[in-house]
Order: sequence, then structure tokens, then C-alpha cells
Amino acid sequence: MPDTFVSDRLARRKSRHVRERIIEFILLLAACVSVATTIGIVLILLKESFVFFQHVSLWDFLTDTQWTPLFSDAHYGILPLLSGTLVSSAVALLVAIPLGTIIAIYLSEFAPFSVREVAKPFLEMLSGVPTIVYGYFALLFVTPLIQMIYPELPGFNLLSAGLVMGIMIIPYVSSLSEDAMRAVPMSLREGSYAMGATRVQTALRVVTPAAFSGIAAAYILGISRAVGETMILAVAAGMQANLTWNPLEPAATITAYIVQVALGDLPHGSIGYQTIFAAGLTLALITLSFNVLGHVLRKRFRQAY
Amino acid sequence: MSEPQPRLDEIRRLIAAHKRWDLFFALLGLLALMIGVLAFVALFGQMVVDGLPRLSPDFFTSFPSRKPEQAGILSAWVGSTLVMLVTAATAVPLGVGAGIYLEEYAPKNWMTDLIEINVTNLAGVPSIVYGLLALGLFVYGFGLGQSIATAGLTLGLLILPVVIVATREAIRSIPAAIREGSYALGATKWQTTSHHILPYSLPGIMTGVIIGMARAIGETAPVITIGALTFIAFVPPAPVKAEAPFVSFEWLFSPFTVMPIQMFNWTSRPEAAFHHNAAAAGLVLVVMTLSMNAIAIFIRYRLRKKIKW
Repeated sequence: MPDTFVSDRLARRKSRHVRERIIEFILLLAACVSVATTIGIVLILLKESFVFFQHVSLWDFLTDTQWTPLFSDAHYGILPLLSGTLVSSAVALLVAIPLGTIIAIYLSEFAPFSVREVAKPFLEMLSGVPTIVYGYFALLFVTPLIQMIYPELPGFNLLSAGLVMGIMIIPYVSSLSEDAMRAVPMSLREGSYAMGATRVQTALRVVTPAAFSGIAAAYILGISRAVGETMILAVAAGMQANLTWNPLEPAATITAYIVQVALGDLPHGSIGYQTIFAAGLTLALITLSFNVLGHVLRKRFRQAY
Repeated sequence: MSEPQPRLDEIRRLIAAHKRWDLFFALLGLLALMIGVLAFVALFGQMVVDGLPRLSPDFFTSFPSRKPEQAGILSAWVGSTLVMLVTAATAVPLGVGAGIYLEEYAPKNWMTDLIEINVTNLAGVPSIVYGLLALGLFVYGFGLGQSIATAGLTLGLLILPVVIVATREAIRSIPAAIREGSYALGATKWQTTSHHILPYSLPGIMTGVIIGMARAIGETAPVITIGALTFIAFVPPAPVKAEAPFVSFEWLFSPFTVMPIQMFNWTSRPEAAFHHNAAAAGLVLVVMTLSMNAIAIFIRYRLRKKIKW
């Protein structure tokens, strides 16, 4: 009965085919969850912000110099929150970019194998410490330390929060920059050495420019981490909105404000509830533009070897 | 031949000067690294000095309290454990599935490009924005409330990119010969994937999952944003019951707190006694995340040494 034998096998092949297609479809659905997440974020932020901007004009939001949505005399100017975010990020980057870059150049061009083997996992661990722990460190170690030198420093301030945030960001900057530098082909270094250049000259004038796109991307990632960081600032920089450019003062950031509102008991659908979505939309737009900028930089300056 | 002599000296001096710069820069690099090490030592030392005296068995078995010396982290660590269960149940199947799809199945078209760009971008979204998504979608949209399920789903979505990227890298390192051998014996795509690709990429996937979970366990901002309470003096209902059907999923919808929120709550109080509790909770948290990271790094290290295709 060769006929049934063949049709049997064909049937099995068909069922196998159907099963394969079902599995492929399930896997596709899993991959689509990440797209759905993005769509969800965009829709939620836009929907609640839309209601918010029916109460508050965009002009007021961008130009009012007070942010007091929870007071009876409510003002909805994002500038104070923005200034807090910018000042603390600037302090953090002043720490993270120089130190992170130097560490990256050192690990990629100077360090012996044994040092690199120890330092890389260590830096990775440093980036694994929960941010709330960094917040504790900023509030109860760094601030008292600075107060010993400069006693007028208030207990909550942007400076120590920014410094600690900078230390937190070092591993992100250094590890991405180092990856970029190590991707530079050996022949470039060999060419440089053959011309009589020293290690520093090779590192700074040959390797660093060649890895520029990757290093720039690392900086951008660092910036967007700093802007989106929450707990260090909520703990150590205070939650009072304050339009200032002075890192020695306390000030709330966009993220700290969202935490402050979430800790309280605002009813769903109130204007206070919608402010956090407007603040979140602002934050998402800032980080998105940095991410796009990083992408463009990488594309434009990428050199193929 | 008296001309070249001074010039040679000059060149030697020049070379020596440049070599000094080499040494200087190496020292500078070491110094920068030391600043990182020093900061970490100070951070860890501060935690140990402040928190170690508070670490006793009672600290793990008591609820938070108004009296700092009686307060403990029972509800916090139970909450963290349960949230992590939901997080793993969300992120592992979705992340591994998406990773397999993108590496093994995805055709080269605009949709695949879209998914890839999207995963890269999601990794750069600040965690607090995930909290806002969860607040609007899970808490009020789906009506899950401020529950363990909401927090677990949120953190699951948050670490999804980490798991996807790790899965893809692990799969990509498997040589094509393995797949070809399997296909040559008549295996289907899924048979090849489940019998060969997945087992070989398991250590790499594990590394990514552990790093993602270590990140999730320390995340505070998104969990606060969904409105988790900071003072919880009870544990969620037990998942096992005496009468049929013996399992209960009531705990999924229970209010909760997690370790980092408990620590935040104690840190933001003015009394120094509560700060010691915060340090103790922070110590537990740091030891937990660091050992998870260490395990992940160790797995990857062994992987690199052992596997030679």
C-alpha cells in the first residue's frame, strides 16, 4: 500500500508546516510587543498632555517662570523644572565625560591586560548599583562632605546630586567609548607608531579621531541618562521647583516632580495628574532628540575599515 | 662630522620628553580609574558603617514601623520577590521570543527594520517614562490598580530590550554549520531552533536575563510612579491555599512595596535612626544586585573560555 504511505507522509508534512507557521506567528507577536510599548508610551503621553494643554496654553507652559501646579495660585511654567534638569545634568557631565573618556583611552591604549581584566567587570558592577543607593550616598555622604569645606551649602542641592550622578554615568561613557576605540583597526596604530609617534600621540591624534562617532554616541547616551535620572535627584536635590542656574541651590527636576506627585494622592483625571504627563512628554522629547542626534552622529561619522 | 652630534642629542631629548607624556597619561588614566574605585569604596563603606549594626534576623522578619529600631523589611523583600516573579514571567518569554524571531525568522523588510530601531530606542527611554505608561495603561486603562501585577509588567517591559539584545547576541555567535547540519537531517526551522540554537545560546541568554533582573530589582522610579505605597504592614495573600484549587492568584492584585521604595521612604525621613534602616536596606539591595551582576559576568567569562566551535 504505497499510496497511503505517501499520503500519510504528506499529511504529516502539512501538519508540520502548519505548526511551523503558528510558531513563527507567535514569535512575531513577541517581537511586536516592543513596538506596542513605544506606541503605548506615545499615545498615553499625548492623550493626557492633550487634556493638560486644553487647560494651560503652550505659551504659558514654555514661558511662565513658576511651577506651582499643586498650590491654589497655580502656575504651569516648565522652565524651573527644566533649569533643575539642565544644571544637574551639566554637573554630572562635567564629571562623567572627562573621567569616562580618560578611563576609556587608558583601558583601550595603555592598560596592561591584567588591569583591563579587573577594571572592566568592576565598571560594569558600578553601573549595576541601584540609583536609590546613589541617592542615599549623595544626600548622606557627599553633601556633608562638601559642607565641611563650604558650610553654607543647603542639605538639598543640585551639586552633590550632580556629582554622584556623574560617577554613576562614568561606566556608560567609558565602556561605549572603549568599545569604539578598540574597534579601530590595529593597522592605523601600527602606521602611527611606524612614523615615530608615541603612545599618547597615537591615542589622541589617531585612535580618538578614528573612533569619534562611537565616542560621540557614548556622550549622547550619557546625556540622556543624566536627563532621565530620577532617584538621585528626588533624594538629594529636593523637590521644590526653583528657577536657578546655581548648582549650590536646591531645585526639583522634571523627574523629581513626577515622583513628588506620584507619592501624593492626586485623583485620577485632575489637572495635577495631567501635569506629570506633560512633564513626562517634555522629558521624553528631550531624550528622544538626544537619541536621534546620537544616531545621526554615528551614521554621519562612521568610517568603514 | 661634528654637525650631527648636537642634533642627535636634541632628538633624544625630544623622545624622552614625549615618553614622559606617555607615563603622565598612563598615571592620569590610573588616577581616573582610582576615583571610580574610591567612590565605590566610599559608597559601600558608608552603607556598611551605617547599616551593618541594623542587620539582624529581626530586620528581615518585621514590618516597617514608626519606631526605627523595630522596623524591618519583611513586606519589602516579599514584595520585591513577587514583583520579580511577574517581571521574569513577562520579560523572559517575550524577550527570548523576540530575539529568536529577529535572528532566525525575520525577513529583511521594513517591518524588521522598524522592530530593530524600536528596540534600540526603547533602551534609551528613561525608566520613569515607563512608569507613566504603566500609570495610564495598566493602572487606569486595564484597571489592574496599584498592584504587584502592574509593577511586574512595567519592569518586564523595561528590561525587555536587555533580554532581546542578549538573546540576539547569543544566537548570532552560533556558527551557521550547526543550523546547516540540522537542516541537512530534515529538521524544520523550529526543531533546529529549539533543539540546537536555544540550548547553545542559553548561557548568553541567562547572562542577559540576570543583568536585566538585577536592574529591575533596583528600579525605584517607575514603581513609585504607578503609585506603590511606601508604608505596607502586611504581606500579600499566599499563593498556596489549603482548600481546592490550592493555588490562588490573589497576590497579583495586592498592594505592595518593594525594597528600593522602602529604602527611599527611610532615606527621605529627617530622623537619623531611619537613615540607619535605609543603609541596612541599601546594603541588602546592593549585595543582591552586585551578586546577580557578578554571576552574570562569571557565566559570560566561562562561556568565552569554554566554547570553541
